[in-house]
Parts: sequence; C-alpha cells; structure tokens
Amino acid sequence: MHTLKRLGVALALCTAASPLLADQFTAVSFGGAYGAAQQKHMLDPYMAQSGHKILFENYSGGIAELKAQVESGNILWDVVDIEVIDLERACSEGLLEVFPHDTLPPGDDGTPASEDFSAQALANECGVGNIVWTVLYAYNNDTIQGGKPSTIGDLFDTSTYPGKRALRKRPQVNMEWALIADGVPAAEVYELLSTDEGQARAFAKLDTIKDDLVWFDSWSQAPQLLNDGGAVMVQSANGRIFDAIQSDKKPFEMVWDAHIFDLDVWAIVKGSKNKALAEDFIRFATSSKPESGMQEVAYGPTRQSSYAYVDEAILPKLPSAHLDEGLQASGVFWADYGESLGEKFNEWLLK
Amino acid sequence: MHQAELSAASAGAPGGGSTSGLPSHAGLSAAEKSQSRKVLRRRKLLTLAFVAPLIIFVLIAFVAPIGTMLYRSVYHPTVAQLIPETLVALAAWDETGEARPSDSVLNIFTVELQQLANDRDSGKLAEEINRSLPGSSSLIKSSARKIKNLDPEMLSRDGASKLLAMQAKWKNVEIWREMKLAGAVFTNDFYLTALDLMHNAQGEIVARDTQIYVKLYMKSLWIALLITVLTGIISYPLAYYLATAPARTANTLMVFVLLPFWTSLLVRTTSWIALLQTNGVINSFLQSINVISEPLELLYTQFSTVIAMTHILLPFMILPLYSVMKGIDPSYLRAALSLGAKPIPAFIRIYMPMTVPGLSAGALLVFIISIGYYITPALVGGTDGQMISNIIAFHMQSSNNWELAAALGSLLLGLILLLYWIYDRLVGVSNIKLG
Repeated sequence: MHTLKRLGVALALCTAASPLLADQFTAVSFGGAYGAAQQKHMLDPYMAQSGHKILFENYSGGIAELKAQVESGNILWDVVDIEVIDLERACSEGLLEVFPHDTLPPGDDGTPASEDFSAQALANECGVGNIVWTVLYAYNNDTIQGGKPSTIGDLFDTSTYPGKRALRKRPQVNMEWALIADGVPAAEVYELLSTDEGQARAFAKLDTIKDDLVWFDSWSQAPQLLNDGGAVMVQSANGRIFDAIQSDKKPFEMVWDAHIFDLDVWAIVKGSKNKALAEDFIRFATSSKPESGMQEVAYGPTRQSSYAYVDEAILPKLPSAHLDEGLQASGVFWADYGESLGEKFNEWLLK
Repeated sequence: MHQAELSAASAGAPGGGSTSGLPSHAGLSAAEKSQSRKVLRRRKLLTLAFVAPLIIFVLIAFVAPIGTMLYRSVYHPTVAQLIPETLVALAAWDETGEARPSDSVLNIFTVELQQLANDRDSGKLAEEINRSLPGSSSLIKSSARKIKNLDPEMLSRDGASKLLAMQAKWKNVEIWREMKLAGAVFTNDFYLTALDLMHNAQGEIVARDTQIYVKLYMKSLWIALLITVLTGIISYPLAYYLATAPARTANTLMVFVLLPFWTSLLVRTTSWIALLQTNGVINSFLQSINVISEPLELLYTQFSTVIAMTHILLPFMILPLYSVMKGIDPSYLRAALSLGAKPIPAFIRIYMPMTVPGLSAGALLVFIISIGYYITPALVGGTDGQMISNIIAFHMQSSNNWELAAALGSLLLGLILLLYWIYDRLVGVSNIKLG
C-alpha cells in the first residue's frame, strides 16, 4: 500500500515535470541562404541565450504539410516561417495558434512593439512579420541584348530585348505583371483581376510572350537559369539575385519596377506541444537585432528599430527602399482566386 | 486426391470403433471423419499462416490506400459538419429558383457562422465554397470576422439583415446554391470536375469553362503509347542480338542493360538534364561541330520527357523479350529456311509470332508504368511534358484539394483497368510471358 502511494506520487511528479524537461522544439523555414541567415541571427543566438535546443528543418512553403499534420493530430513542427499569402488561409482554417501580439518586446530604442512593427507585420492574429521580401525580375549584363531593361513593360517587349524569359510556373505575380505591363495602374490590378475581363486581359498579355517563356518551379532555379543562359531575364525572389551578385560576383542586375513584395511571418502550428517555448522564440527572433541580420540576404526587417543595425550600403538594396515602385501581394485576393486562376493558368499552359 | 488417400487409409484401418458411417463412406466412422476434417483444417490454417504476412502486407500497402482513395473521392462531409443546421433549413429551399432563402434560414446561418468564427473554422467553409464559386472565400471570411463580436441572441432573431448589410453578395442565389450542393455528404462533383464537367444552376451536367483534365489524360495516354512503341522498336533488335550472340558477348552487353536498371531513377533523370540543357553536352557538341548556331531547346519539353522515360523504361522491355527469345529453339527458323523460305518472311512468320508473349509482357509493363509516371516528367517535363500524375500531385501538395486528387487517381486506376481488359480481349493475358 505504502509503495503504491509512493509510486503514485512519483508518477504525478513525473507528469508535472515533463513540460519543463521538453526544452527542444522544431522550427521550419525555406532553407538556402535565407535559412542560413536565420540560423545565424535568430536560432543560434536564441539557443545560446536560453539553453533550449531548436531542430531546424526546411520545407518549400504552402500549407499542405501543415494541414496534414494538424488533421492527423501528429504535430511534428512547432514554429513555421510562412508567406503571408498562405498565412491568411492557414490561420482561418485553424492550422495555426493565435499569437498574443501584446507580449512582443519593445524595440531596442524603446519604441513599443505596436508602433515599432509595420502594420502589415501584425495584420494577422496568427503570426508576427519576420522579413519583407519581394519578387522582381533580373537580367544578365553579359547576355542581354538591345539595351538595359528598366520597366516591367520591357519584360514583355521581346522585339527590343530578344531572348527567353523565365517565370515561376504559377499565376501569382505573373498575372499582376501582365496587367501592369498592359497599362493598368498598380492600385487597380487586384480589382481588375477579380473580373473575367481582367483575367482574360492578363492571359492575352502573357500570350504575347508565351513562345519566349521558360518555366521553373523553385526559386533556386532562377539565378541558375540566368547564369547558364537558359534565359536572359528571370523572375526571382530578390534575395537569390542579391546573393548571386554579392557572393558569386555574377553580372546580374535587378529591376525594381512593379516588384511584388510580401512578408514572411513566424507562426506556431496549432496543437504544438511546445507552445510557450515557441512563443518565446518568436518574441526573440522578431526583436530588433535578430531581424536586422536578414540584411545578409537582402530581406528587410519588419520593425523600424531594426534599421539602426542595417548597413548603410545595403539599405538601397532592401525591398523596403523600393516600396513606392512596388505592389504588395494580396493574400486576400489569392485566397479567393488562387485555385480558380491556378486551373485557368494550367489550361492556358496546355493550349 | 488427398481426400481419397485419407479415406482409403482410414477404410483400411481395422476397427474404427463405430458403425454409424454413411453408406457412401463405408467404413469411415464419424470420429474418423471429424478427425480428417480437423487435419485438413489444420493444414489449411498452416498454409494461411505462411501467406498471412503477404496478405497483411497487401491489405495495408495496397487495398487500404486504394480503398481510402476511392472513398475520399466521393465522401466529403466537411461542409455538412460545419453548418449542419443551415443545411437542414436549406433543404426546403428551391435552389433552381431565382429567390434567395428566407430570412429565417439566414438567421440560422449567421449563428453557425459565428460559431465557426469562434472555433476558427470559417476558413474551412470558405475554402470549400470558394472551390465552386471563386471569390466567396473573402466574402465568408470577412463576414465571419465581422459577425464574431455580435450578440448570438440577436443573430438568431435578426442575423439576416445584419448579414445582408455587411455584404450585398449574400443576396445572390449562387452562394446559397453552392452551399446547399456542397453540403451533400456523398458527391460525384469531384468526378465531374475530373472529367471537365460540372452541375449548372438547373442541376444538369454541362462542360466546365476550363478544360484541362481530359486533355491531360489523353496526353498521358499518348505519351505512354509513344514510349511503349519506342522502347519496343529499340529493344527488339537489341534483345534479338543478346539472345543469339555468343554467351560472353551477351553477358557483357547484359551488364550495360542492367547497370542503368540498378542505378537510381533520380540519377538517371538528372543526367538527362545535364545532357539536354541549354548549355548541356548535346547542345555544346552540336555547336562545336557547327551543326547549329543557336542552342536547341531540348530540356523542359515533351521531347525530353519522352526520351528520358524511354531510356528509363527500356529494361522493362528488353528483359522479358530477351528471356522469351532465349527460349526459342533456333532449329525452327533453320527448318523454315531449309524448306525454302526466304530469310525475312521466315523471320516474320516463324520467329516473330513466337516472341509475342515477351513483347506483350514488355509492352504492358512499359505502358502501365509510364502512364502514371511522376518523377521524370516533373523534373524534365517543363510545361508540355506534364502528365496526369503531376496534376494529381499538384492537388495533393499545393491546392489541398485531396478529394479531386482522389477522383483523378481513381479515374486513372479505372482507365488502366479498362485498358488491361481491352488488352486481355485482344491479346489475352495468358499469352504474357516474363521468362
């Protein structure tokens, strides 16, 4: 009897203690140079400071894997770096935990978090903005003919600038660019794209260069295509081109006209067993100093106080310096039309 | 045979102890009969135990996933679980008419929508409805956000006017029609979509605006057929040479057939990328000998899919052909020749018919493998080289439309079974010979 009681006490102690022992959790992001920068400026400092261990994994974005984990109840990830385009959907489908924005620390200069972060960074209750990145197009100085392209119209002008153009195989960004190149003001793009005429107009514009297009699936292919001559102009995440210019000394040039910028956000997977730890990590990772580290891959911070740590020379290369020329990707629009435009896009490709 | 031996043995045994045997089993007592049945049963159980791991494996790895897939393609309870009471209320409403459902239905809906917003499930409903009516995702989600903080008591009385005030789109008949249709737990909608068809407002089946899946099925069939013919043309002479060459040469050459067969699929596909890309081996070579001035566009086309898959699937054609040809007695052909047949007619009329079992085995293997092929088209296919499996993967991984993926997969399975049946009628499955 006595032993049984003792055993019970021991068991109770064990269950009570186990959350304290679970000091390891999993973070997931996009890998590559970006993942390396996150490892260096967000994960490593956090692990050194807190003593917790973070397993860092890669994924290619989207919400399919999240959905599979949450629906099966087999939650393997805790923190996930997700694009705003997917965040909207993941959050409203209950795949993410709500993040308490009022617990975010103030900036290093003392500005309260609610003023320090840009409005978009805290727009969704499920996450905290981590970087500002953008999709633009770039050309290779060695292979470009006919001058130096400078506008989005030049991407569609195959008579002045002959050669292949490489675009990512999806309707996102391409549809926006087609309309802007066709003379639609950036502010009206999404409104027009939600009509049948607008979509037809975008496809008609894309038709004009269809024979000169090369399609790729992953951002890593963009600098590669530009380098090996597969295309003279490529659509790319700005960080990939920046990295190729900076580290590999490639003769690439970025064109900022009509770039489509977006945020990446740290969020917590619904049902995570390490929710408190995950929140703690996100609070650290989105504080002033760690965020500024993403300048290494030319992604801008989402809070004002981080700019104090950004190198003057890098500033003009960050998307945040070009917001006037760009257009923010609309998560709401793509949640509405992503699937139907995806089908129409596939149909158009097959024609 | 076994039974006969057994009864003979017991009949021969003296003094079974009982005399109540049936006339036809003279001399076999009841105890002996039950004994023999027991022995038989034990043997059957033992046999079953031997194959049990295999049966369990087949059940888990084959029958269960395919069953789940078939089930998922028609069973779709999401909407029915999200807004059960609205659906009950909608049942009485005529969706083919021009009038939206009454305010009382809308009241019920607002209460359920608020519940969804609180449970953070409104996005699920939005995604489901948006699938058939693009644009409704933001409508449902924004309404859910606004409705979240209203008083549920008030909603159950006056939710309709609030809802209509928020977004005029709720006045449209379409959204309610789609909601009612999506509420069906068992549905053939995904099969219709997979065949580029849809229900119109009157419930008739009509063609969809976007026509992609039927085209993709046809294209997959065409590519698979092309690959089968190509592997056949390449393999036949090669297998013939292997089968007739001296053992030493044949063995050496066989290594060249088998080595790639043992090499990883990814490695073989990637090496085609290295060969075919813009500044790849083939283009550089052709440019250096001045055959072409501009690099040819070889990679990311249907051509690259066909050539890479032909290479990868060659062994599946060569090996059955080779083993069948190896078993053909050369004296038949010699006899034909010595009886005065010319070499080519003799080959066509005597030798080739004997190789048909190997040829059909190879053709069936290559065709069925290639019609559902995924990795190679995904890597080297670009746009024109995509096959139906790539779009299935797209719906699994990107668009999250697992039901449509299941319907597309089930149709592919049905298509293959149909082709197999046709093949059986034309050639006969019993003619297949793998060795």
